[in-house]
Amino acid sequence: MRIAIGPSGSRAPQRSAPAPPAANGLPPSWPPCQWRRAVLRQDGGARPPRRRKGRGLSAGVRWRRRRRAGRTMLRASLRQVSAALKEGRVTPTELCQRCLALIKSTKFLNAYITVTEETALKQAEESEERYKRGQPLGILDGIPIAVKDNFNTAGIETTCASNMLKGYISPYNATVVQKLLDQGAVLLGKTNLDEFAMGSGSTDGVFGPVRNPWSYSKQYKEKSIPKSHSEDKEPDWVISGGSSGGSAAAVSSFTCFAALGSDTGGSTRNPAAHCGVVGLKPTYGLISRHGLIPLVNSMDVPGILTRCVDDAAVLLGSLAGHDPKDSTTIQDDFKPFELPNLTDVSKLSIGIPKEYHAPGLSSEILAFWSKAADLFKNAGAKVVEVSLPHTRYSIVCYHVLCTAEVASNMARFDGLEYGHRSDVKDSTESMYAATRREGFNDVVRGRILSGNYFLLKQNYEKYFVKAQKVRRLIASDFGKVFRSGVDILLTPTTLSDAAPYTEFIQEDNRTRSAQDDILTQAANMAGLPAINVPTALSERGLPVGLQFIGRSFQEKQLLTVAKWFEKQVQFPVIQLEEVKRHDSGVFQQQKSASFS
Amino acid sequence: MAAVAAMAAAGCGGVWRQARQRFARWPGPGSRPFSRGHRAVVCNARGGAVSAGKSGLAPWIPVVGLEIHAQISSNSKLFSGSQVQFAAPPNSLVSFFDASLPGTLPVLNRRCVEAAVMTGLALNCHINKKSLFDRKHYFYADLPAGYQITQQRVPIAVNGSLSYSLCIDNKMSQMVTKTVRIKQIQLEQDSGKSLHDDTRSQTLVDLNRAGVGLMELVMEPDMCCGEEAAAAVRELQLILQTLGSSQAVMAEGQLRVDANVSVHHPGEPYGVRTEVKNINSIRFLAKAIDYEIQRQIQELGNGGTILNETRAFDSKLGCTIPMRDKEGKQDYRFMPEPNLPPLILYDAKSLPANMNHQQVINIDWIHERLPDLPSVKREKLVEQYGILPEHSFTLLVLAELWKGEGKTPLETVKEHKLELLQDLKELEQICQAVIDGQENEVLAIKAGNRKVLNKLIGLVQKKTQGRSNPVLVKQLLEKKLSE
Repeated sequence: MRIAIGPSGSRAPQRSAPAPPAANGLPPSWPPCQWRRAVLRQDGGARPPRRRKGRGLSAGVRWRRRRRAGRTMLRASLRQVSAALKEGRVTPTELCQRCLALIKSTKFLNAYITVTEETALKQAEESEERYKRGQPLGILDGIPIAVKDNFNTAGIETTCASNMLKGYISPYNATVVQKLLDQGAVLLGKTNLDEFAMGSGSTDGVFGPVRNPWSYSKQYKEKSIPKSHSEDKEPDWVISGGSSGGSAAAVSSFTCFAALGSDTGGSTRNPAAHCGVVGLKPTYGLISRHGLIPLVNSMDVPGILTRCVDDAAVLLGSLAGHDPKDSTTIQDDFKPFELPNLTDVSKLSIGIPKEYHAPGLSSEILAFWSKAADLFKNAGAKVVEVSLPHTRYSIVCYHVLCTAEVASNMARFDGLEYGHRSDVKDSTESMYAATRREGFNDVVRGRILSGNYFLLKQNYEKYFVKAQKVRRLIASDFGKVFRSGVDILLTPTTLSDAAPYTEFIQEDNRTRSAQDDILTQAANMAGLPAINVPTALSERGLPVGLQFIGRSFQEKQLLTVAKWFEKQVQFPVIQLEEVKRHDSGVFQQQKSASFS
Repeated sequence: MAAVAAMAAAGCGGVWRQARQRFARWPGPGSRPFSRGHRAVVCNARGGAVSAGKSGLAPWIPVVGLEIHAQISSNSKLFSGSQVQFAAPPNSLVSFFDASLPGTLPVLNRRCVEAAVMTGLALNCHINKKSLFDRKHYFYADLPAGYQITQQRVPIAVNGSLSYSLCIDNKMSQMVTKTVRIKQIQLEQDSGKSLHDDTRSQTLVDLNRAGVGLMELVMEPDMCCGEEAAAAVRELQLILQTLGSSQAVMAEGQLRVDANVSVHHPGEPYGVRTEVKNINSIRFLAKAIDYEIQRQIQELGNGGTILNETRAFDSKLGCTIPMRDKEGKQDYRFMPEPNLPPLILYDAKSLPANMNHQQVINIDWIHERLPDLPSVKREKLVEQYGILPEHSFTLLVLAELWKGEGKTPLETVKEHKLELLQDLKELEQICQAVIDGQENEVLAIKAGNRKVLNKLIGLVQKKTQGRSNPVLVKQLLEKKLSE
């Protein structure tokens, strides 16, 4: 692991960070950023944006190819569509227009809070110019993307699905957003989420719940309409998972080719699993958090949602690396990689953590999980049962650390500098109180209250410090397992497939989050990279995903294994009437589910 | 004003006495009244114990500790790239981070760390090779994030000391050196400034200062009077200015001093302490502390109790008054700052190879390059040039003046309070105090011995450190004596 630098932009090689102290040592743990070293700002110049030169084709070739293709583009992968753009088979503007049209006709999904039609078309036009000049900025040039509405976007509303930030227009771009724009990506809009990313269903934002596109799929409809009921009865729509449900739904419904989410306890992987897309939570410190409105600073990472593992690697390559504005990012150069096609898994050791056989795990998911383990075993990999004994304390520990940081991070929303301000003017204090009461929903206020309780002087040692120590133990569990020779851990991502909305809201947010984060959030505690790979459809015709957890900063290995697995399971493509209308034409149907 | 006069007469090194009439409401946990005839021990400039003398008078030992905020002299703020500049147009030096825009993150300024290391070394501190940042939470209009980033758990420097000299009975010829222990130096953010407009019932906030780097120096309660505290701060000011780590001009708020004051009897635990704030010059520091000591002694003598409270010094009234406590019994809900990894410093031994030098702060390197500190310069003056120690002090202050730093002589004179005392009211008060304190002399003058008037003039001069116009003083005294 390497360490961070200041904004002077020096990229000289750095010494490895000191090893984390022993689990039982003092002072208590604060992983993962506290294992590193403070970054020193030199107040030097900024680094010029990276530019790549592209190769162009002659106008004639582009025109001919464009006529041949363009119709099936929306369901293509990012890499495929990028190739099509490069070859002139489709133009950025066409692509953008198609996506915008599909966003409109799938508005009922409520995946987007803001659609930035005008700026998107302008960006597409600029991209088109670059392609015409034969100078595209790289693989992302002209690719329509969406960004979760808790990333700052200059000139575009950033709401966090909260009354507190409704109408808030940030003056700056989050580093990840800036990187995407610098590489020519076309930003279609900001996606829906739970308020301030606190939730696991994308049901608790002020703009209403996100509907899982699979609710409207042929696959779900066929399996879920009870035969006895009348034909016109629609089955209950199911939740998208959360909190990055809008981003997952956007990718799943083909309105964009990739989306940014955030992942604090599973907020990228959980909706990815429910919406049948790839969801990558990179190692803490690999991608800048600057501009991501924080939930839990020590666990938050920007997440990547794509149609396939290869695309996730592309996005990772364009986003990862040190950011002088985020002292917790590692200082090493990050080399973007292409994933090899793994043919031999016999040298791999896959760990199956027994603690992930958690209460409430559906028998269906358990079955997929063991099938996946068998898949590796049959292909010659070593599959071993491992133990992460402290995982069972993870949720309660997470609750303390999360709420404490939430209480602290939310303190800035006082109505003075930005965001909602109450009309109550009796005193500054009463204005604060009213502003925060009106601006935050019950979930946010509840977490602020608990967090402040845990941070009180008399409780700090009892709860916060203890939770930090437990966090260290959870992290060291992973360390032990990886040191024992295990390369990758294989676990379920969720306990079951997506619940119908009506069923989901029977439980309160806290109960839901505790249940739904159970399989994902230990990776955040330890700062490890983890990825959801869509695996199969459940009996109800809904996606089920499995999770791979890798070693710190070993994304390439993790994604390589994930890609192999993805290829084996051949997850079926969602069949949506809406998409067909907008994306008619020759579309090569992938094989139907072979992993069921 | 009586209290002030009495206090002034007592001075440093004197014995604080208060006739004890009642023991019934003795304050403080676990404390009890001590027997009569207890040997009174108090501090004085010679550092020895002084017996109380007259029986029936119980001695009090004042205890003074200081918390000093020194603004770091740097181009940009502690965690953001905004410029640091005094008296810039409101809100013209505010970055997104300073305004706490959501999603912004702190990035530590190397210069501020170096300044703190320099200061720590100059004050004989142990420099922590690993220090941590914490968040301290409270709601206030000029604290945009709702928390201040500080170093509560592991500060950058600990266990230092500051030696300072002061003269006994104001005689330059009798200098004595004292030492105050420095508990710690921590790096932290300054807050913004808020201005309350009561008539329009609104608060105006200026965030130019928000996020400027501060060194908070915590001194152990090793002092016993205003003059000691003032001498310690004067020496600290000189050190900071020599190092260039802070401009340390109190009038511009670059050096802010809060005093913790308590009194207790010998052999007893420390009394309940008050914190005195709003002190904006070294002279007022001495005044505020001496007033507060006297107030506490009187309060306790009258059977009252001392509250653990924050008091503000009112320089016009010359007294301390309870502050409408914005902090009260607040729980700051400290927690580690998750966006800043630990601050790691190196020395020659631990210096890593192959590391970007911009990311390395080498304590030894800084140590070797420390300029001569004021105490060393004085020693050199005394040893090499045979100058009297007391003159070495004056010379050093002069040297500070010569630096100029683009200031006009007038500004320098003002800054160091070398100008003639212009405030007639203040001068009158001082004259009155002298008259009140010299009953015999006054009687002698009134009886016709005009020569004694010169003695009173001398006393006024002494009090104002020679900054009063003797002709004017003579006029004032004559006028007052003829009333």
